[in-house]
Amino acid sequence: MDQKVATDILAKGSPAILSETAARPTLRFLTCGSVDDGKSTLIGRLLYEQQLIFDDQLAALERDSKKHGTAGPEIDFALLVDGLEAEREQGITIDVAYRYFSTRKRSFIVADTPGHEQYTRNMATGASNADLAILLVDARKGLLTQTHRHAAIVWLLGIKHVVLAVNKIDLVDYDQSVFENIVESFTAFAASFGFASVAAIPLSARYGENISERSDRTPWYKGAPLISYLEGVDVEDRRAALPFRMPVQWVNRPHLDFRGFSGTIASGTVRPGEKVIVSASGKISEIARIVTADGDLDSASAGDAVTLTLTDEIDISRGDLLAAPQARPAVADQFGAHIIWMGEQEMLPGRSYLMKAGARTLPVTITELKHRLDVDSLAQNAAKTLALNEVGFCNLATHVPVAFDPYSENPVTGSFILIDRYTNATVAAGLVAFALRRASNVHLQNLTVSKEARVQLKQHHPCVLWFTGLSGAGKSTIANVVEARLNSFGMHTILLDGDNVRHGLNKDLGFATADRVENIRRIGEVAKLMTDAGLIVLCSFISPFRAERRLVRETLPDGEFVEVFVDTPRETCIARDPKGLYKKALAGEIKNFTGVDQPYETPEAAELILGRDAETPEQASTKVLAYLAVRNLIPHFDELGDWAI
Amino acid sequence: MKKRLTPHLSRLEAEAIGIIREVAAEFERPVMLYSIGKDSSVMLHVALKAFYPSKLPFPLLHIDTTWKFREMIRFRDETAKRLGLDLIVHINQEGLARGINPIASGSALHTQVMKTESLRQALDKHGFDAAFGGARRDEEKSRAKERIFSHRSPTHVWDPRNQRPELWRLFNTRIAKGESMRVFPLSNWTELDVWDYVEAEEIPVVPLYFAKERPVVERNGTLIMVDDERLPLRPGETPRMESVRFRTLGCYPLSGAIRSDADNLTDIISEMRNSSTSERQGRLIDHDESGSMEKKKREGYF
Repeated sequence: MDQKVATDILAKGSPAILSETAARPTLRFLTCGSVDDGKSTLIGRLLYEQQLIFDDQLAALERDSKKHGTAGPEIDFALLVDGLEAEREQGITIDVAYRYFSTRKRSFIVADTPGHEQYTRNMATGASNADLAILLVDARKGLLTQTHRHAAIVWLLGIKHVVLAVNKIDLVDYDQSVFENIVESFTAFAASFGFASVAAIPLSARYGENISERSDRTPWYKGAPLISYLEGVDVEDRRAALPFRMPVQWVNRPHLDFRGFSGTIASGTVRPGEKVIVSASGKISEIARIVTADGDLDSASAGDAVTLTLTDEIDISRGDLLAAPQARPAVADQFGAHIIWMGEQEMLPGRSYLMKAGARTLPVTITELKHRLDVDSLAQNAAKTLALNEVGFCNLATHVPVAFDPYSENPVTGSFILIDRYTNATVAAGLVAFALRRASNVHLQNLTVSKEARVQLKQHHPCVLWFTGLSGAGKSTIANVVEARLNSFGMHTILLDGDNVRHGLNKDLGFATADRVENIRRIGEVAKLMTDAGLIVLCSFISPFRAERRLVRETLPDGEFVEVFVDTPRETCIARDPKGLYKKALAGEIKNFTGVDQPYETPEAAELILGRDAETPEQASTKVLAYLAVRNLIPHFDELGDWAI
Repeated sequence: MKKRLTPHLSRLEAEAIGIIREVAAEFERPVMLYSIGKDSSVMLHVALKAFYPSKLPFPLLHIDTTWKFREMIRFRDETAKRLGLDLIVHINQEGLARGINPIASGSALHTQVMKTESLRQALDKHGFDAAFGGARRDEEKSRAKERIFSHRSPTHVWDPRNQRPELWRLFNTRIAKGESMRVFPLSNWTELDVWDYVEAEEIPVVPLYFAKERPVVERNGTLIMVDDERLPLRPGETPRMESVRFRTLGCYPLSGAIRSDADNLTDIISEMRNSSTSERQGRLIDHDESGSMEKKKREGYF
């Protein structure tokens, strides 16, 4: 052990020096870079040199090194941090590991993130809470695609400080020109990222060169060793200087005389007497008290978890954003955002996901993928979907306006995650760029004639009858009969089916998954407009995905979406094959054919199921009309009197 | 007068408060696992602060193996009474009837039946959909990789290879029917942070953490306290009075004591700063092999 480290350790017991550590803000950083560049080894080395590996851990490490180690007879420091069995067996890092250490100057929280491309989402997870990134590069290999990818994600997530750690410098004989070439190419690549600082350090994690003190082997390197750099780097937290924002997390109501709003202040500072606005409703009130268990406060700032009470009784609930009235967040139902896709299934424009932003969770649709970012060249390429670990820029739409700030101005109020509505998996990280249009402008269009006024002219209630099922199941045939009978009773109807939609409105769409999703989204919007006009809308579409049918259901008021599942057995459909399509699909001549090479997701809670009893179209239509009558969507006609359901 | 929290500790406290409030807001039936140890004491203290002036909006659950130190049980009951808490104590009666105990059955089986299975029983019985635990990531390697919101299948299984990405402070709290979430508000705390916080906030902890003359026997280099007459003495073994304390508490026959004279917080903290062994070193259940904690966790252990 060298002298300096020994002095540091001796100093650890001294209370005066400890308070120095405690008073400095903790530095949260991540290590990233391509696989095998030595990230885990570097962290193991940092912990070891700070004497933070306990005797019993060191004993376990020696045991494990013999079993799984990749460092020959030496201790494999990577095994210290690769905590999962699968990781030790494969000698790679799969998931983010968090490590904690302190020197006499500073406390550190380290996220050690995986280098494999397939685990990029775990790297982004580690980056989302970091102030600084150590980007490792193998001196022998230089910058790789994965180095570029990680640098781009570091930039996207708004990390301003980067350490370019040129590792394994021992394996290139401590050659200054190798180091300088790597620094030069990185500087060129990252020029557009606008990092506040990039510190390049040549090091050897395995042998501890330039870790705790400057190495004799790299006399040409004049900068600080890694530890000293990390101790000294200034990653000033400027959140307290931003305008006040606090998402209401929990309404604190112990008894009738106290109504507080609990949350963690996202940015800014707040004091009793100051005005605040509830962003979505635009209502303004004044801070009465800042309540904590340690007593009321005179002021509270970004990062503090507090409970605010207001002077007025205004309606506020979980998910609302409290903000400074003089610097309000954007409120919009359409916005543009970068998306890092993390789902196993590809992202589909038009599909409905859940968005969690602040303390609020609500349905959201990606309306358009503007471009996909090629992380290697930084080119913006046209694309229809995003696959796992891909980054793109999207337009998104919500049903209700949401308050937010651009991520670059405020990461807390500018970030969101997307959740798959069926698997509940977290499928994306989102970073808001800007509002596409002010929601208030849209909601000003208050029409004089309302839907209710139009409905009063009719003797029925508007609704959407959504016929779904395999090709050849008889959807259009049944829908036709239903429409004819409704028409004969004097009901105003319209029938939308593939033929009249695909030839006009949707003629630009094909049959790939993304196109099918968009096809149904557009039809749903048209159907909704027609119900606004007071019509009974019959839709006859295969519509193979639950998510899209659910999306249409959710755009309509409760009870106005009637899902009719025409569940004719597949064999019957194939035997009927009215357009000869099954034959071609089964022969492989047509791709993306539902029921052959593309799945049909059966409805989970359809209002009506037809086709299982081999009804005639007439009998099937009777069941539909009876259902509508029972639900009071159409009047009870005598002719319908003996229809049983 | 309480000491002002350092910026480091107040950030950790605020982070934990945010996590605890999120669970209260998002889940129907949360519960807080209360193991009586220092981490539980800190977690409970932070939770009480999170909801002030409201009361804790969820109960506490203690999984009692019937082999805890007597001082722990006394402390547990006093704490519940002093703070007016809704405390549920669950014992695996079936395991008790089978005579499972740490001495005859061995630590692995005892832990499996009286802790892991017992916990699953209690969670199922009360239909809890979220359970707080006081685990910290610095304790053990597989914990270092666990999310703050850790998703569990209907059979309480943890799938370490399929964890949800956890970005910023946006926690995905969605679960399907029958599934549950384990939530660790102290994930980013270290052992030292816990003690610094105990000192700063003057939080009561079980006296076993402080050195005192206690009757112990030494087995395979580990000091075991003879807490009651159920610990069979081996031939030639006689309990000796020694000044010892515990860094971590569990079932007394499985908790190794350390020789120490640190009988106050300041001495404990300074002793720990100079320690060369990790706190779990005294836990006999972790020693089988390096992956043993991950295995236990996958089965539903906290």
